[in-house]
Amino acid sequence: MEIPYTVTARPDTGLWNAKVGIWLFLASEVMLFGGLFSAYVFLRLDAEPGAWPHGLLNVPVGTMNTAILIASSVTVVMAWASLKMRKFRAYWWYMLVTILCGVIFLGVKLVYEWPQKFDHFGAFIKKDALEKYEPYLGNHHLAEKGLPQRTEISGHLHNKEALNDPNVKEYEIALDPVNADPTNPNMDRPHFLYVPPTDKIATIEKEDVEYANMFLPKHSAYFASYFTITGLHGAHVLGGVIIFTYLWLPVGTKLYKRNPEHLANRVEVAGLFWHFVDLVWIFVFPLFYLL
Amino acid sequence: MSLKGFHIFFITISTALALGLGFSCVWAAQTDDAPIYRNTAIFSFIAAALLVVYGFWFYRKMKRLRIIT
Repeated sequence: MEIPYTVTARPDTGLWNAKVGIWLFLASEVMLFGGLFSAYVFLRLDAEPGAWPHGLLNVPVGTMNTAILIASSVTVVMAWASLKMRKFRAYWWYMLVTILCGVIFLGVKLVYEWPQKFDHFGAFIKKDALEKYEPYLGNHHLAEKGLPQRTEISGHLHNKEALNDPNVKEYEIALDPVNADPTNPNMDRPHFLYVPPTDKIATIEKEDVEYANMFLPKHSAYFASYFTITGLHGAHVLGGVIIFTYLWLPVGTKLYKRNPEHLANRVEVAGLFWHFVDLVWIFVFPLFYLL
Repeated sequence: MSLKGFHIFFITISTALALGLGFSCVWAAQTDDAPIYRNTAIFSFIAAALLVVYGFWFYRKMKRLRIIT
């Protein structure tokens, strides 16, 4: 039995099946991501002044990833237009570039951005011990300027066994520049570029620490939101790459030979999904990297 | 909405993002003289201009190619 309206539109709706399906699916996706974005915005608005992390993400790398996704949305449209003009060779190349853009985006996320966070450590100091760690926090300097105080000391954790071993009483941290030189006016605002930890080591006693962890989802509401939203978005990018690869492989060639319009419709639907995924990133980027 | 319409919408939003990034860097450069802000602002404004040019080119091309409605 042949499924009707996979190539031609239904006369009453003017739409073919997959187009109705993809828009219904995208509507449900809007609700999914909309809920997560709303949660992030309300967490952010409700945070104590100065408590919400800033400048932990690398803006130039995020900008590059944004440019890659925008470029991939251009190439996927070109791939679709090539099919409509029955230029299969051009379609093949445009689709290959789209797949590569998706793979590069995921590579940057999984090989560079996320591991950098997993390797970073932060310790929130108890209120009554803040004075003791003033050389690393610089709160007197911040108070003079009317800026919110710091409570976290962060950097690269030297003795990782301190995380789980109750017999180890101290954390040894190679300090981030903001804690190594806290009264430097350049540290009053977040850095645009990622700045690696310094060689300056600080010893923080566990009894002075309210809470400490690596930069994992359980570190803070910020990282929980960051990993949830970028992880879900990354899963969508992976899904798009798998679909495009399927359409790019000989399966697509066979379908093109049998019915080129059918392949063009499939690419259009996949392209609509890809544009939605890119659009989500257009909101993720300013929300997490810039604001 | 077809892929063509969604693409034009996407390019419009991307242009707004590029302009937003550019203006935020100009604002940041006023308090911090690091060259990264100036360079990113220039990059963003160029990207926004290119996106506008591309958007118009794409619209005209799609209109010319009447096979894509």
